[in-house]
Amino acid sequence: MDVLSFGWCAGAPLRRTAAYMLPILAALCVALLLATGIALLLGVAPVELWRLLVSRFGPYAWGQVLYKATFLIFTGLAVALAFGAGLFNIGAEGQAIVGSLACALAGLAFAGAPGWLQLPAAVGAAFLGGALWGLIPGWLKARWGSHEVINTIMLNFVALALSNFLITRYLGLPETVRTAEVGSGAFLSRLDAWIPAMRGSAANASLWLAVACVVGAHFFLHHTSLGLTMRAVGRGRRQSWMLGISPGPRIVLAFGIAGGLAGLVGTNFVLGYKHYYEDGFSGGIGFLGIAVALLARNEPLAVVPAALLFGVLSQAGLVVNTLLPREVVEILTGVILLVFIVGEQMRVRWKRRRGALPPAGGGGEEPA
Amino acid sequence: MGLAAIFSLLAQTLRISVPYGLAAVGGVFSERSGVVNIALEGILLQGAFCAVVGTYFTGSPFVGILCAMVGGLATAAVHALITVTLRGDQIISGLAINIIAFGLTRAGLRTLFHSASNSPRIPAPNFAQARRWPGGDTPLGEILYDPLFLLTVLLVLGAIWFFFRTGLGLAVRTAGEHPEAAHSAGFSVARLRWLGVLASGLLGGLGGAWLAFAQHSFTDQMSNGRGYIALAAMIVGKWHPLGAAGACLLFGAAETAQIRLQGAAIPTQLLQSLPFVLTIVVLVLWVGRSIGPAALGRPYDPEGEG
Repeated sequence: MDVLSFGWCAGAPLRRTAAYMLPILAALCVALLLATGIALLLGVAPVELWRLLVSRFGPYAWGQVLYKATFLIFTGLAVALAFGAGLFNIGAEGQAIVGSLACALAGLAFAGAPGWLQLPAAVGAAFLGGALWGLIPGWLKARWGSHEVINTIMLNFVALALSNFLITRYLGLPETVRTAEVGSGAFLSRLDAWIPAMRGSAANASLWLAVACVVGAHFFLHHTSLGLTMRAVGRGRRQSWMLGISPGPRIVLAFGIAGGLAGLVGTNFVLGYKHYYEDGFSGGIGFLGIAVALLARNEPLAVVPAALLFGVLSQAGLVVNTLLPREVVEILTGVILLVFIVGEQMRVRWKRRRGALPPAGGGGEEPA
Repeated sequence: MGLAAIFSLLAQTLRISVPYGLAAVGGVFSERSGVVNIALEGILLQGAFCAVVGTYFTGSPFVGILCAMVGGLATAAVHALITVTLRGDQIISGLAINIIAFGLTRAGLRTLFHSASNSPRIPAPNFAQARRWPGGDTPLGEILYDPLFLLTVLLVLGAIWFFFRTGLGLAVRTAGEHPEAAHSAGFSVARLRWLGVLASGLLGGLGGAWLAFAQHSFTDQMSNGRGYIALAAMIVGKWHPLGAAGACLLFGAAETAQIRLQGAAIPTQLLQSLPFVLTIVVLVLWVGRSIGPAALGRPYDPEGEG
């Protein structure tokens, strides 16, 4: 698991920033090259593709990019934070679903409450709902040693079914798969209130919350003793145990916080955009979160540019809809991941050969 | 409940268990050689899609089955290339391949069949002569005489023979337990692992074909988590082909119960989550009792630097 347990790179701030931006820029280049290749393959003139891309990326499109990136910052953080503790959180999708559902429910329940209470209640519920869903695999792992990869994947399916059940049976408006609108006190304002050019785009104040979470996660992981011990658990469970750090509670906590962060997706979709919960809204944002966290090498600050990259990709996929099948985005995402893990492996081997890193096998990480 | 009803229940369970069983035994091949194979989900999906494409354009289910095997092999080859030859992370590679498989099959569905959700109806393999054999016209006989089902049983037995009765099988297991030992015994760990992963692609592709023939079409995301559940079955079966196949019968029975109970008092959506909840519960129960190959997930570098 060495590829993933990489923490904060050493070096001067500028070099560090460059080291984190490199894979993201490389991914952008890979995506552009590949898209051009696919266009050629399908008999579309690449020039046409490029012209379309450039002409359609106006302020509205950038607003949409910010809206999509907000989702991915939350889910990317959810994956990165768990990775920090050596855990694979493939369950951000399910956590986002449960969090958003809880967010809408609190928004509905507090609709009659004073305005100042509505927003905190809905945001808190989003975090708690996601955290609850994250605690399940965390507890299973810490208490029973049950591996989190399959558990989180299974919980995604369960969350989907649960959401569908609750919406069709109890919460949905007749003939729809959505809830009623939450109280207006819980609405988050759209960014077009400040930047009129973005009119119509769904970007909203949830973005500020996402950025605050990024800063908070960075501070937590790198500047608190709990964050440090959590990363120690991620580096080697046995060694941290010998240092007197008990892995169990940190595993549960890491999954709880990760789930909560994924749950905050609800603030972007429910409070900022639709003002209601809709069954099936998530559409793969949890899986994209894995891609975001990987490209960011699990560093919270780098999650922002990585999320923006995938936001741009998915908006670009919509824009070129007339020329290329929209599934191109999924294929590109997968290929970027494959290229990244191979590149990362080569980088580690190269560094090892130069003696900059200890040889493999020293980490003591148990296999999956 | 009469005997006929029990037989029909049994037949349905066997029918549902086949794709799980093929994928789980495929998982045994891959993981025994030391490669985690989350990509089974994508392999099933690609297998199903290729089976439908092959059958639709030639009219022959037999060609469909061949196409499914090729599709499964091709998908597995990508996983082997990334994880064995290039030594990339196995779990991420599997997830990435699954994302690509979702995208490719959906794009294929829209370009070949002009639909975002499902393909046209395709004929399933038809073994009319089996109906004349004793019991061949009962639900249980129909599946027991099905060549694909018999092939599955043979593959499970063959896998046991391969792993525990042949030298090559021992070598593959060594690649997963202690690759250094396999290397010093003169084997190429990379080749053994390629073999394991490709075998999982072949079996998974067949499993996908079964899924497609069972519903006579391809629908978007039709693998629906079966690849992941098959991995859980493999863990429950202690990475042994027979154990994995047995655990698949358990999951098949759960899915049969889910289908049979529909319309009863329990809401459908909750029933649909039954196999997934069962997977979590069973995995917890089997922790500590089931220990995987020692070098599972660890890339092997013959130069000793990896």
